[in-house]
Amino acid sequence: MGAMAVERLESLLRDAFPDAHELRVDDRTGGGDHFQVTVASPRFEGLGLLDQHRLVNEALAEPLRDGTIHELRIKTRGTGT
Amino acid sequence: MSELSDRIKQVIENEPVALFMKGTPQFVMCGNSGRALEALREAGAPVTTVDILPDPSIRQELQQLSGWPTIPQVFVGGELVGGADITQELAESGELAQLLEQKLGAGYRDGAEEHVVDVVGGTRA
Repeated sequence: MGAMAVERLESLLRDAFPDAHELRVDDRTGGGDHFQVTVASPRFEGLGLLDQHRLVNEALAEPLRDGTIHELRIKTRGTGT
Repeated sequence: MSELSDRIKQVIENEPVALFMKGTPQFVMCGNSGRALEALREAGAPVTTVDILPDPSIRQELQQLSGWPTIPQVFVGGELVGGADITQELAESGELAQLLEQKLGAGYRDGAEEHVVDVVGGTRA
């Protein structure tokens, strides 16, 4: 269950951030619905945190809507820092 | 626009700091809501909270207004700051205090009180 969900989120994020230097999805509880995602991408350069997280939320809109993601923690980084 | 949506909008626009959360400051029902609340408290913010759990339409209307998909949501001076992660990151870097000062004025910590608004019943305590 959990592994499948992680794969789905990873593939959605890869599609949204093909140039990501770092891209990780962790199943925080092992239950397949609490996730920590970490993305480092040049797309974040020059954007505020709010807009950075917006891009991640947009990439994951479907699993957020259909209840796959019960809880989401996001860590974003440009590639410069 | 529905009455509920109007009440939510009023909270966002009129409260210096609005936190839409699961539960109340006394009974926090979600870890992320708790993290956002703690970050705001550490920055000395006058927090007004709205519990989104009593009625699913609160969350729906809020999402419509803010365009943000998850709970909690923090607003300062009528503007969306973000969810728990952003609020915590900004608190740790000191930027949250800067933002509060910029939006609410240097004395924002003075007499900072916590309020709870019931957007369904229309009460503020």
